[in-house]
Amino acid sequence: MDLGNLASLKLFHPEIVLAGTIILLTILDLVVANKRLMAYVGLAGCLVALAATLELYGTEPTLLFHRMVALDNFALFFKVVTLVALVAAIWMSIGSGEVRQVHLGEYYIVLLTCGFGMFFMASGNNLLMAYLGLELVSLTSYILTGMLPHNRRSAEAALKYLIYGGVASGTMIYGMSWVFGMAGSLDYAAINAAMSQGDGNEAGLFIAFVFILAGFGYKMAFAPFHMWSPDVYQGAPTPFTGFLSVASNAAGLAILIRFFYPAVSTLGQEGIWTFQAFPALQWTDLLVAVSIVTMTWGNLSALNQNNVKRLLAYSGIAHAGYIMMGLVVLNNDGLTAMLFYVVVYLIMNLGAFLVVMVVANATGREDMEAYRGLAWRGAAFPAVCMAVFVFSLTGLPPLAGFIGKLLLFAAIIEGQFYVLAVAAIINTVISLYYYARIAKTMFLDDPGPDDGPVTATASAVPLLGALMVLTVVLGVYWGPLLDYTTGSLGFFMK
Amino acid sequence: MAAYVAMLTKVGLEHYLVVGGILFALGIYIVLTRRNAISILLGVELILNSAGLNYVAFSHFSTGNVDGQIYTVFIIMLAASEAAIGLAIVLAIYQLFATIDVEATETLKD
Repeated sequence: MDLGNLASLKLFHPEIVLAGTIILLTILDLVVANKRLMAYVGLAGCLVALAATLELYGTEPTLLFHRMVALDNFALFFKVVTLVALVAAIWMSIGSGEVRQVHLGEYYIVLLTCGFGMFFMASGNNLLMAYLGLELVSLTSYILTGMLPHNRRSAEAALKYLIYGGVASGTMIYGMSWVFGMAGSLDYAAINAAMSQGDGNEAGLFIAFVFILAGFGYKMAFAPFHMWSPDVYQGAPTPFTGFLSVASNAAGLAILIRFFYPAVSTLGQEGIWTFQAFPALQWTDLLVAVSIVTMTWGNLSALNQNNVKRLLAYSGIAHAGYIMMGLVVLNNDGLTAMLFYVVVYLIMNLGAFLVVMVVANATGREDMEAYRGLAWRGAAFPAVCMAVFVFSLTGLPPLAGFIGKLLLFAAIIEGQFYVLAVAAIINTVISLYYYARIAKTMFLDDPGPDDGPVTATASAVPLLGALMVLTVVLGVYWGPLLDYTTGSLGFFMK
Repeated sequence: MAAYVAMLTKVGLEHYLVVGGILFALGIYIVLTRRNAISILLGVELILNSAGLNYVAFSHFSTGNVDGQIYTVFIIMLAASEAAIGLAIVLAIYQLFATIDVEATETLKD
């Protein structure tokens, strides 16, 4: 079904609610003196949008706004992920000492706009919508990264992010311009039709696709486009770093899957996709290489990090490599495993950043020494939660991260990518070292003479508890989530 | 020879694509070699404009609709907003470091 502008609005509630909240916040910023109110209004707006998204879930796949935006379960899945991350980020921001220094009104407006852009990254069905969604996310992320006033780290991180981001998105649209020239259309369905007829030069398309992969890969922090990630994670305000690490990764994955699956591949029997743009060139070999390099680089660089935010950035790069394994196999099992991992990663990584924020609030530090004997300095609960999160990130049973990794490994072993599987297992073992180092520092090291007591921010405790319980529960009872991700593979094809 | 003269006298799609490619390569070269933050931003602008030129050329010569022109208008708009944010960040960098040399502002390292 293709709908026109007015008819589309009926199926566009989540975006309308979120846009309305952003406008309301802009007005409130001018008239309200108590900026904490803005956080609660933003939180309420996100929860209403979440309810609207869940209500739309399962509707018949439709193209909105003259084929510009797709409404299908896949887009709705990523909208839910984005909104959950937004809710958590706003909740974290309320209790964060760092965020209190910035202009709160602008902070919440730009944060919600960033989430709004992610909606279009997940649902854009046209090269133009994909670019606009990606740029909306990028531009707002630069602002949020550089928002801390009189802070050298923050300003420097924002500049680096802007330069890498500008080059990556410029490269991406240059590649897209060649796809447009060879396919003759910006619409994904028309591109698919042109590819299946064998339009276009194979080598030219290969280069164009590599350029496009650069733009998407920069959002997900793939090697070699991951350079911005450690600096930005370290420089940005911690609640935003937590949001960026999960939501930007998810949105990058969404735009990547929507382009490389429904737009340029064809779904055959039993959920196997055929990549038809250039049958002669080995596309999956390139993806395998990128995946192995990304996870190895991320894990090896994380080994000697002393700043915990920076360590989590490298761990995020390694996880981008793990998630990418699902892309290589070109079937629905791989896609399901990737979506499942996105949800699990969202829960455990947000939790880890929440603990980083609790410690930074109390001590003003982010380095490993600030975590010495954390469990014996009045912060036993955050320390236990952090241990659960880092062991889940490693992929140890019976935690959620183990199930996520298991599904990915099962998909690639079934697809007979043994080299990739061996590399991923070796990488998991390497990662155990630095994740366990955090746990060891918190429980086994004695607190130093200057290490004062750490009390968890009151608002952080319920969120921390919820994320920890989810990490444990999903490790033993993952059926409903797996059904949900399998059901989210409904793409709009025509 | 006649074909060569015809190629030189009649400007076609290839000419635009070659100019676009040269602009793109120059943009990447500037970003990789310059140390001044504003020069780097100019390099990013070149990359964006090379893509814009490609869209207009493809739209005019091969697809026969105005999709490419519309895309280019959006590229120009986003390049302007990116430049605005970029210059604001460069200004903040200058206030904090008293320089806009990207190598002199390097404090975040492994």
